[in-house]
Amino acid sequence: MKQNESFIKRITGRALFLPAICLFLVLIANLVQTPDFFNIEIINGAFYGFIIDIINWGSGLIIMAVGMTLVVSSSGGADISVGSVSAVAGAICVAALGTEEAYQVPYVYSLLLALLAGMLCGAFNGFLVAYLKIVPMVATLILLTAGRGIAQLATGSFILYVKPDSFKYLGTFLPGVWIPTTLFVALFVVLITWLVLKRTSLGMYIQSVGINPQASRLMGLNSKRIIFGCYIFCGLCAAIAGLVSVSRTGSADANNIGRYKELDAIAAVAIGGNMLSGGKFSLIGSVIGAITIQALTTSLSAFHVAPDQQPLYKAVVVIIIVAIQSPELKRWLRGLKNKLSSAKTTEGGEVEL
Amino acid sequence: MSNANEILKMRHITKNFLGVRALHNVDFTLRSGEIHALMGENGAGKSTLIKVLTGAEEFETGTIMLEGHSHPIINRSPQEAQHNGISTVYQEVNLCPNLSVAENVFIGREPKSKVGGIDWKTMNKKALEVFQTLDIKIDVTLTLDHYSVAIQQMVAIARAVDISAKVLILDEPTSSLDDSETKKLFDLMKKLKAQGLGIIFVTHYLDQVYEVCDRITVLRNGELVGEYEVENLPRLQLVAKMMGKEFDDLAEVKHASVDSSDENLETIIEATGLGCSGKVKPFDLTIKKGDVIGLAGLLGSGRSELARTIYGADKPDSGELKMKGKRIKVHKTLDAMKAGMAFLPENRKEEGIISDLTVRENIILALQATKGALRRLSRKEQEEFTDRYIDLLKIKTPDRDIPVKQLSGGNQQKVILARWLLTDPDLLILDEPTRGIDVGTKTEIQKLVINLANEGKTVVFISSEIEEMLRTCSRMIVMRDTMKVGELADDEITQVNIMKAIAGGAGS
Repeated sequence: MKQNESFIKRITGRALFLPAICLFLVLIANLVQTPDFFNIEIINGAFYGFIIDIINWGSGLIIMAVGMTLVVSSSGGADISVGSVSAVAGAICVAALGTEEAYQVPYVYSLLLALLAGMLCGAFNGFLVAYLKIVPMVATLILLTAGRGIAQLATGSFILYVKPDSFKYLGTFLPGVWIPTTLFVALFVVLITWLVLKRTSLGMYIQSVGINPQASRLMGLNSKRIIFGCYIFCGLCAAIAGLVSVSRTGSADANNIGRYKELDAIAAVAIGGNMLSGGKFSLIGSVIGAITIQALTTSLSAFHVAPDQQPLYKAVVVIIIVAIQSPELKRWLRGLKNKLSSAKTTEGGEVEL
Repeated sequence: MSNANEILKMRHITKNFLGVRALHNVDFTLRSGEIHALMGENGAGKSTLIKVLTGAEEFETGTIMLEGHSHPIINRSPQEAQHNGISTVYQEVNLCPNLSVAENVFIGREPKSKVGGIDWKTMNKKALEVFQTLDIKIDVTLTLDHYSVAIQQMVAIARAVDISAKVLILDEPTSSLDDSETKKLFDLMKKLKAQGLGIIFVTHYLDQVYEVCDRITVLRNGELVGEYEVENLPRLQLVAKMMGKEFDDLAEVKHASVDSSDENLETIIEATGLGCSGKVKPFDLTIKKGDVIGLAGLLGSGRSELARTIYGADKPDSGELKMKGKRIKVHKTLDAMKAGMAFLPENRKEEGIISDLTVRENIILALQATKGALRRLSRKEQEEFTDRYIDLLKIKTPDRDIPVKQLSGGNQQKVILARWLLTDPDLLILDEPTRGIDVGTKTEIQKLVINLANEGKTVVFISSEIEEMLRTCSRMIVMRDTMKVGELADDEITQVNIMKAIAGGAGS
């Protein structure tokens, strides 16, 4: 009995426990409402189904959430420009490739150009936050609005379509592969980031700077450079998400690429159990958070909720999930529990703290 | 009121913070037309007394009598205190830099025009009158940020005096002023005093106390030590009272001297004219291998700042620094670490621990920083190092992987010590390593310092407790008013000598 208890405690004590439960609950709700939710069909040599949709559409969000996690951890503030930055990258890629039957520049060049643009945007944000000490929200507000303008400039305010089929591979399926390419891209980004953070001490540096920049400086960490780097990386992630997005539709619409995605990305980080005030982070938590958000979006569609009304429902669920994880609520519940148990006269059980 | 001159009488004030006694039975009396210094070391209760008086904090027992009130008053907020005639001006000016000087003086009580808007003409005229009576030449229509901190402070004072002129509290007003600005402030204070105002002056600069003050109240450990006329209390006595030593019966504690006079010893640090403007005036300092150097001085004397300047925590802006004969320029603290320095800062919470990271991470961070992010210490190495120091320093922790914030203060301090010892430094700078930790750990840390010196390490040791430094240091640097004023070695290191040097001036 006692052992059992400690086992449960060990599981529930894990940082990722609550985010995982939340995702689980969202999926269960779907199963009840839409019994064929978990069905996967093969149409034209590719998987189709709600689950595949979640993975496919969620991958962009996962990638953004990875970058956002590091920014939040190191600087204690969110980068609200990621949606616009992904539009900049997408637009630049498409504008470089052109609307002719053949690419104007080699495909790889356009990708590199787009990634570079994303990193430059990140560097701009990072410079404002790390070196000029501007509050992240305000610093990144500039590109949130100006980014769309840059993207419009790149596309000449037209919706540009890229004709060659190969352009769509990145955002949909590679010929002969049943699994959406986006899954591989998202996996690649998450894995590389995770490995780098694990194999080097960067993960520890980022958390250290996020928790106590003063102390970090005194023990030789270059807080400014670390924050700057996180923003560049976040810009890079946003650019990758933008590339996936334009490839999926085969077009660049500067107004709609990554629209409102910054809000989803921030919510994903929060749902993943990360403090938005910075410090300790869990990359996998953010990934789970991103999947949860996308599962929510997809299931709302499955419930036939009109897209215009979806944000309301999403907001309610996000609030609930974040509230469940709030330490205040936990403390309050614990207080309630203690009151109840002390009323029943305690049986010498340990007091959990 | 017994004495017509007395405008403020605080009697038997007691206040506890979470069971810790902050003020115990403290009396304080202010007369009209005087400048009264409130003195005491860190944690003496100065700021608590001010907060109680201005309503920023509640107090448990005691009375505050104010002239013109037949009953004791209780201020529930600084606004209420101001209404009752008690105004405070802090070191950081709490005004709006983007509003005009006149607006700042009248904010919240602007003269209104007939239609209900602000009557700018009247306001500017009235503001000008306020400054004319104080002999301050200022364009009241310019925004406040046009002016220096000193002028901004005077605007704050003008505002305070204009609202209610009975008691004016100046809390460390001179900390961010230069000498000429301080002089101007003093002129203003004397003028206000002549107008019959009672001024409470909180400062830690001894010179300034003797320059402008009439009386001194000394607090120590939350208790009243006494109230003195300035002319009856020589500097040395003042220092002794603040530190809690009766000058006459000082027990002589003599340090078992390390032979530091040996000329053959390697020079670790050689600073010439090193300074950091506003924090510590240029100083020369030579530290030999195996020395334990104590930095003595009152709070704000520049003892921490001197250490910080050597380490580069505050960037020096003059002079040069040689470490082991090689000139080093510290741009970032990592340069100092690579040269072989380690620095345990004064504020453990703000500058020491990374609260949410584990004990292990906190210990290996500095070593990892010197190695660079790419050459990560393996988990096994990290655990070995951590266990070694948990053992060596007897850090009490249930697990090496729990967040360091769950440890007690003393153990957190040991974790930071471990962090620096792990980097194997030649020079270890310890700024108040024993503050706020239990007595047992204090002795352990003192022993550790002596052991380190015996192993050939060099230590710079800062403490507010003189005995602690007497026990551990082989040489003492004395600081006063952000200046290095003297060095004591071997037989000269006695409590009396140190206090004399700290007090300086004519009192000795």
